[in-house]
Amino acid sequence: MRVPVSWLKERLELGDKVDEVTAQELADAFIRIGIEVDGVHPLGEITGPLVIGRVAEIEELTDFKKPIRYCQVELGDAGTALGDAVEETGEPDSTEDEDVDPPRARTNGIVCGATNFAEGALVVVALPGAVLPGGFEISARKTYGHVSEGMICSARELGLGDDHTGILVLPPGTADPGDDARDVLDLDDTVIEVAPTPDRGYALSVRGLARELACALDVPFGDPANTDVPEAEGDAWPVRIEDTEGCRRFVLRRVTGLDAGAPTPWWMRRRLLLAGIRSISLAVDVTNYVMLELGQPLHAFDTGSVKGDLVVRRARPGEKLTTLDDVERELDPDDVVIADDTGVVSLAGTMGGAGTEISGDSTDVLLEAAHWDPPSISRTARRHRLFSEAAKRFERYADPQLCAVAVESAARLLRQYGDGSIRPGRTDEGGTEPMPAITMPISLPDQVAGVRYERGVTVRRLTQIGCKVAVGTGDDGTAVVSAVPPSWRGDLGQQADLVEEVLRLEGYGSIPSVLPAAPAGRGLTESQRRRRTVSRALAEAGYVEVIPFPFVSKSTWDAFALPEDDPRRRGLTLLNPLESDKDELATTLLPGLLETLQRNLSRGFRDVALFHIGQVVLPSAEPADVPDLAVDARPADDELAALEQSVPVQPLHVSVVLTGQRLRTGWWGPGEAATWADAVESARTVAAASGVGLRTEAADLLPWHPGRCARLLAGDRPVGHAGELHPKVVEAMGLPKRTVAMELDLDAIPLPDSRPAPAVSPYPPVLLDVALVVDAEVPSADLADALRQGAGELLEDVALFDTYTGEQIGEGKRSLAYKLRFRAADRTLTVEEATHARDSAVASAKERFGAFLRG
Amino acid sequence: MSEAFDKPEPKPADPLAPETLSAAVETAEKEFAAAADLDALAAVKPAHLGDQSPLLLARREIGGLPKDRKAEAGKRVNEARQAVQAAYDSRRATLQAERDERVLREESVDVTLPWDRLPRGARHPVATIAERVADVFVGMGYEVAEGPELEAEWFNFDALNFGKDHPARQMQDTFYVAPEGSGLVLRTHTSPVQARTLLHREPPVYVVCPGRTYRTDELDSTHTPVFHQVEGLAVDKGITMAHLKGTLDAFARAMFGERSETRLRPHFFPFTEPSAEVDVWFPEKKGGAGWVEWGGCGMVNPNVLRACGVDPDVYSGFAFGMGLERTLQFRNGIPDMRDMVEGDIRFTLPFGTEA
Repeated sequence: MRVPVSWLKERLELGDKVDEVTAQELADAFIRIGIEVDGVHPLGEITGPLVIGRVAEIEELTDFKKPIRYCQVELGDAGTALGDAVEETGEPDSTEDEDVDPPRARTNGIVCGATNFAEGALVVVALPGAVLPGGFEISARKTYGHVSEGMICSARELGLGDDHTGILVLPPGTADPGDDARDVLDLDDTVIEVAPTPDRGYALSVRGLARELACALDVPFGDPANTDVPEAEGDAWPVRIEDTEGCRRFVLRRVTGLDAGAPTPWWMRRRLLLAGIRSISLAVDVTNYVMLELGQPLHAFDTGSVKGDLVVRRARPGEKLTTLDDVERELDPDDVVIADDTGVVSLAGTMGGAGTEISGDSTDVLLEAAHWDPPSISRTARRHRLFSEAAKRFERYADPQLCAVAVESAARLLRQYGDGSIRPGRTDEGGTEPMPAITMPISLPDQVAGVRYERGVTVRRLTQIGCKVAVGTGDDGTAVVSAVPPSWRGDLGQQADLVEEVLRLEGYGSIPSVLPAAPAGRGLTESQRRRRTVSRALAEAGYVEVIPFPFVSKSTWDAFALPEDDPRRRGLTLLNPLESDKDELATTLLPGLLETLQRNLSRGFRDVALFHIGQVVLPSAEPADVPDLAVDARPADDELAALEQSVPVQPLHVSVVLTGQRLRTGWWGPGEAATWADAVESARTVAAASGVGLRTEAADLLPWHPGRCARLLAGDRPVGHAGELHPKVVEAMGLPKRTVAMELDLDAIPLPDSRPAPAVSPYPPVLLDVALVVDAEVPSADLADALRQGAGELLEDVALFDTYTGEQIGEGKRSLAYKLRFRAADRTLTVEEATHARDSAVASAKERFGAFLRG
Repeated sequence: MSEAFDKPEPKPADPLAPETLSAAVETAEKEFAAAADLDALAAVKPAHLGDQSPLLLARREIGGLPKDRKAEAGKRVNEARQAVQAAYDSRRATLQAERDERVLREESVDVTLPWDRLPRGARHPVATIAERVADVFVGMGYEVAEGPELEAEWFNFDALNFGKDHPARQMQDTFYVAPEGSGLVLRTHTSPVQARTLLHREPPVYVVCPGRTYRTDELDSTHTPVFHQVEGLAVDKGITMAHLKGTLDAFARAMFGERSETRLRPHFFPFTEPSAEVDVWFPEKKGGAGWVEWGGCGMVNPNVLRACGVDPDVYSGFAFGMGLERTLQFRNGIPDMRDMVEGDIRFTLPFGTEA
């Protein structure tokens, strides 16, 4: 909300200091007590001659593509004075001076492109030599075939808000031609732009903001709502509130005999302009003005258009309303509306209907002020995307006591400036009850803050914000304070709310810094430590950590060539994705990593190794409904369990992708391209960092290459895959050939309970090599297992050191050479013993895989 | 040798005569000194220390001497032999030293050659700063709590005192999961972990929760829809706002140096009351030390405690939350938020394994 400082100060009793208190001091005060300030905008500086003029004659110039007017503008004394001045000083940039007519007394010829004025209009003229905000210099210049001796200004050009729909036309009688416009416009002012938090609806008004300042500066506050509301005779109009939940109070006042053409007085228009609200007509301007000043939104009906009783109710299915913005809206049975005999005439608290809108010739208006249920307004505003000034205030809670006052203020303004008569009746349906009192220990603010405030602070501050405060003694004999919040503070509902008021007004700066002593903690959990260790291990193995977004496009699954029923295609969809195409939540880390890989490649890198550790979202095949639980107490255990189980599981995955050279080419010689084996090795790096072993077995899972994909198993449990990507996937995604990848479910890898230290034998080993020939399909890992099982416990280690395929051993065969290390725990092993164990190992391999020793 | 022909045939010299011996020593010393390298030295060695060398031959003569001259002659021969041996050893040591030095000189390489055969990797600075923050609080006795990124609305909003239709829900631009009314959102803050923690632990509770969070902001130089927060929560008997201030000050000092501190400005969050925004005094701020907006905080709203089954008449608590990208951005002077999300390896590599 934008508000001029002059308006705020009008409500603050600053006494002698009224001129001393600067806009910045007020802004600082706002910030200190929790009203956010988005900007402090002094009105733009205008130097040089700026005067009031009256348009005496308009000549329409029709030779141009757009309407142009050449106006004779009476300027009182100013015109003569300036005209002379121009000629005498001979401005250097006025090269067309010879064309200038001799100065005519009191009148300047000015070219103007606006058409929102008639002869006789009172306007603001910047004469040559004037400099408008933004360094806009005015000089006499020839344009559209005439010399323009100055400029007729719009509000925006004068720095009075954003209105640039035409020039600024002042109401008749506001000033005389030749008057210094600076005084008339009151340019020595500053606009403060505030953004109160959504709990403080009252602060969206001059009334609320000035009260805040009065508290912050400890000065008296003059409440603009403090006016008497006279007794009325009967109703202004028959009204029925059928929906008492949606509407607690509904007030109407009728003003008749309104002069439809009466202009809005300049002082009011100025305030609206500075608040960023366009002037429409007196009746509309008055309702907006009262809303800004008091915080109570008002609506004005054209009485002649209202047919029969007004009824407040919820909309009926299928009902429609064309709102003031000329949009026909289908109403929802949850919308609170005002209806007459013809149907809905207003979307309550949000926007009026076009059918009963006051027009340029309305002379009879019904002024409405009501208190609407904030959640209802909030829902309606969101449903229809109608975030009007009224809805913004109602959904944040408007003061229900204000309805009659606001209507009265508006009616009086219409009587004063529109010559209307206020009819004796007033409708005031519904009613308001005082807010419930909140009682708390008088020292509670001290306890919460950890401060010993001066005596009386709690009572003083609560009184200052408008509470009715009583001090008493609690059951245990301690002093308690009981506060009835003021009607405009719908946000004060519990002790903590009152505590905050005391603390913020006393200033958070007075709260000391004390470090609490937490009980001894247990440090990181095993899985937290593991995540760190795994991250570090991968980084040290040459992978760069990235954190891609988890948003995936369906087309990725097609590029992965996943079958239609693949569970990875079952990702949840977002209702409001940022990119409409990428609307799924990732079920695997690969799409994000591959996209990041592509970005690095497109930026000129060829050898890239990346890793990501993050949650994936795996929705259940049959998702449970997410229960909606109450919040007034802890949910029952079964309710809580049902809620927790309804949230899809989100295991922590770790994934790597790499492409290009794993070992670089350099001055030392050639490098080595990354292969499927590097991907598998990255899984082993993760496993080693986790303190477990991983087994591998051949697998066929897209997007991996069917012949180069390893399933990774912790014990017997599959925990992920690694290998080379399928050539078709690589091609579809535009990745370099032979790109490899690994993905593991880190949460599925068991945390080792303990890591028993091995018994380390000090005796020397016996090293024996065996070369075995088997069918080429036999996995080396399985053959090694067979050796291990056959060799028994003397075997300390088995390491594959060579493989061979070729003529020497025949087609379809493969030779695998292992180094076996034997050692005894308690003695020096003899070669005979070791040889015996080796023979057993070979026998086992022969038995399981038909292996024979290579001759 | 040529001199031998010029002189008359001498009678055979006495091999044990002192002058014969000293001449042998002198010759040996001269020849050893003349050996240019170890090979040359080895070549001349037998002539002076070998079986047929003059001193060895002289020793054989001792046996034929009368008894009373044996001791004296033996002593003379031994002294001569020791002198030759010493001359040899000394020369050999010198030559060995020369050779060793030459070999090392010849083996020298250009040590500025790069050796990036296996390229280095790096941790993402957002990940490492999250760990650093966790360590600061673990050091104060806190434990690290975690929760899911896709969250039930109840945990993200309802339990945290966001009224169903309160405009505060719209303060945080939320990603909703289809279909409408699914009850699932991408968590807009790490605060749902507060609720999950309090629902399952008895106070006293001191936890810190780093994690990834989501808001529907378009990615630009100062915003990202996916970012990280760290949340702190303390619920205990007698917790005050002064404790909150003390904790934030300690946190600020750990992150920004001993001269740092925090300042609180009143604000509104549904889950805290009173609430505040936190500014931090950042001594290394661009353009001079100054206050920087850092995060939000407050005393846990009694409604939150109640919804989580904690009696607000017995316990009180504080909570705070900061954006990690934002913290990194001003702490490390990162001009563009996009650098932190795009995954360009040029951005991450310089951080190494610690931010």
